[in-house]
Amino acid sequence: MLNPLKCFGKYLGRYAGIRSLHSSSPLSHDSLFVHRDSPEDNPDTIFEFTPENQKRVDSILAIYPEGHKRAAMIPLLDLAQRQYGWLPLSAMHKVAEILKLPRMRVYEVATFYTMFMRKPTGKFHVQVCTTTPCWLRGSDEVLEACKKNLGIGVGETSKDMMFTISEVECLGACVNAPMIQINDDYYEDLTVDDTNEILNDLKACKKPRAGPRSGRFAAEPLGEPTSLKGDPPGPGFGVRADL
Amino acid sequence: MSGTLMKFSNLVKSNYNGIYASIASNGQICFYSTTPPGTPPAQTKTKFGPLADEDRIFTNLYGKHDWRLKGALKRGDWYKTKEILLKGSDWIINEVKTSGLRGRGGAGFPSGMKWSFMNKPGDGRPKYLVVNADEGEPGTCKDREIMRHDPHKLVEGCLIAGRAMGAKAAYIYIRGEFYNEASNMQVAIAEAYQAGLLGKDACGSGYDFDVFMHRGAGAYICGEETALIESIEGKQGKPRLKPPFPADVGVFGCPTTVTNVETVAVAPTICRRGGVWFASFGRTRNSGTKLFNISGHVNTPCTVEEEMSIPLKQLIEIHAGGVIGGWDNLLAVIPGGSSTPLIPKNVCEDVLMDFDGLVAAQTSLGTAAVIVMNKQTDIVKAIARLIMFYKHESCGQCTPCREGINWMNKIMYRFVDGNAKPAEIDMIWELSKQIEGHTICALGDGAAWPVQGLIRHFRPELERRMQEFQKQQCAASN
Repeated sequence: MLNPLKCFGKYLGRYAGIRSLHSSSPLSHDSLFVHRDSPEDNPDTIFEFTPENQKRVDSILAIYPEGHKRAAMIPLLDLAQRQYGWLPLSAMHKVAEILKLPRMRVYEVATFYTMFMRKPTGKFHVQVCTTTPCWLRGSDEVLEACKKNLGIGVGETSKDMMFTISEVECLGACVNAPMIQINDDYYEDLTVDDTNEILNDLKACKKPRAGPRSGRFAAEPLGEPTSLKGDPPGPGFGVRADL
Repeated sequence: MSGTLMKFSNLVKSNYNGIYASIASNGQICFYSTTPPGTPPAQTKTKFGPLADEDRIFTNLYGKHDWRLKGALKRGDWYKTKEILLKGSDWIINEVKTSGLRGRGGAGFPSGMKWSFMNKPGDGRPKYLVVNADEGEPGTCKDREIMRHDPHKLVEGCLIAGRAMGAKAAYIYIRGEFYNEASNMQVAIAEAYQAGLLGKDACGSGYDFDVFMHRGAGAYICGEETALIESIEGKQGKPRLKPPFPADVGVFGCPTTVTNVETVAVAPTICRRGGVWFASFGRTRNSGTKLFNISGHVNTPCTVEEEMSIPLKQLIEIHAGGVIGGWDNLLAVIPGGSSTPLIPKNVCEDVLMDFDGLVAAQTSLGTAAVIVMNKQTDIVKAIARLIMFYKHESCGQCTPCREGINWMNKIMYRFVDGNAKPAEIDMIWELSKQIEGHTICALGDGAAWPVQGLIRHFRPELERRMQEFQKQQCAASN
């Protein structure tokens, strides 16, 4: 509905010398905040923690002081998401039940944090960092390569439910830019070829090697070391006399 | 947002030899005719950096050695920890004060002073140490290296800092994306418990202390200390109004201190080698060693531990292999993570990488994450992308930040094409000034400063784009 309006605005602007109409962009966030019932996500979907995860629930609850068990909210939601693949409404209800909280308290947390996927997500969640440090090193090409290789756009999931692409903000591996995160692993120092290789490996059910692809081990400068050249000194080195 | 810059007025005034009065723990007022205890010694050096290998604290920064307990013990971690703990809280705080250590998360508040705020007479509530490992400031990736390659430094640091504050337990809040780093930390904590270094009677010192990991779920704002506390409590990460400060009412309603990973991780080495040793690096009031991240257009981007006050040019040339295309191809540098205003090449020539040196250059040290941009960079787009980041990460609690950053984002993306009038540059400047200082936390400030830095140094470039766009429009309509 907005497009004809915009065109009309432009038309007015060009021929009558008035400014074009402004409209706020219809998509202002990555995902919808409100819940809409769907066949795969509705209050009747069954969600229960598996027995192993139930043990994990207990050990998570144990580290928070009595009366403040609500602190376990984020770890529990994360556990539910790991079990189910994404976070359905009924999993939120389950967490609310465990923590003895109104459901609303869980909804507001689940919608605030970007790592909670409230709609079906592919088995491999490809998250491409495009913030400035990665962008300077060519994250646009990496993102393009992902889209082309998988044949889906940003925020979309492939039909076989294997891949989802997200464009994310800084993932905190800036000296290893550009990088992508697939599920829990970081793939760093990427080129377009590396990206394709990683995605093709995943398609072939092979586990690609995580970490930098440029030949270095972690965040050291590539090539000759500029620091930490020898072995580290042992215990007691430089320790003050009065200790 | 571990790198958010809070307003920090020069708290540590130059130490003149006057008469100081201080209130001792027993309530008596003591007078000193010289400098009070815990004052860092004055710096006599005039040249800073590069740091010698034996003076590095993070000896396994690159993960070349074993990160687990056995390897850590071999590198001198957990050495005489019991003796340090037995020296007591005042001794540790005094040592940290003498070292001149300032918070490594961006605001640069003197750590010794901050920790001493916790030592007020108790009221029965337990005290907590919260370690801020929610590293998400674009350009910053130093805490990650500590947590995955030197986790025992952090675990030991928690124990020592916790002892200094009389804390019952430490919660390490790590960002959710750092899954592998969190699991390394968890393994290190488990090893420390098994070896009797944590838990009941930690290290045999008679002091009980626990360390817990808590993973976040992807929100930059949770790096702000009160938002982080809210998030640990299982709520939305929305910053709280201060006062009450966390040292009075923090996590679970108890006195809490929130500190950065690096600040905590250097504490054991400071205690072992002495505050005076640490203060021998860097200029007065900027002492110590620091992890620098050099990213962007350099030949070999890297994380490196260096002496404070090292000249920026030297830092880039020695460790990062120089700017791509040579030093003359440098356009600008963001010296301390995305929140800090950029500095152009002529300032970069001789600026020193420390708190005071960068404040003098109208920017800030922040988290010491250097983002280098060479002349092939679309500088306006680089800054616009940062504003998009802040727009995405604003928690939405304060109107100036929620609406203002969105507005700045729209204007900035028009500036990228030049589709704007020169008067709008003044408008966005004014807009950024209206955001800055009018929000609960410093995220609004952090979003306003990059824009201000861009306008301060690159206004001609913005105007050139506008003229070019105007010309194209005219040509198209004719």
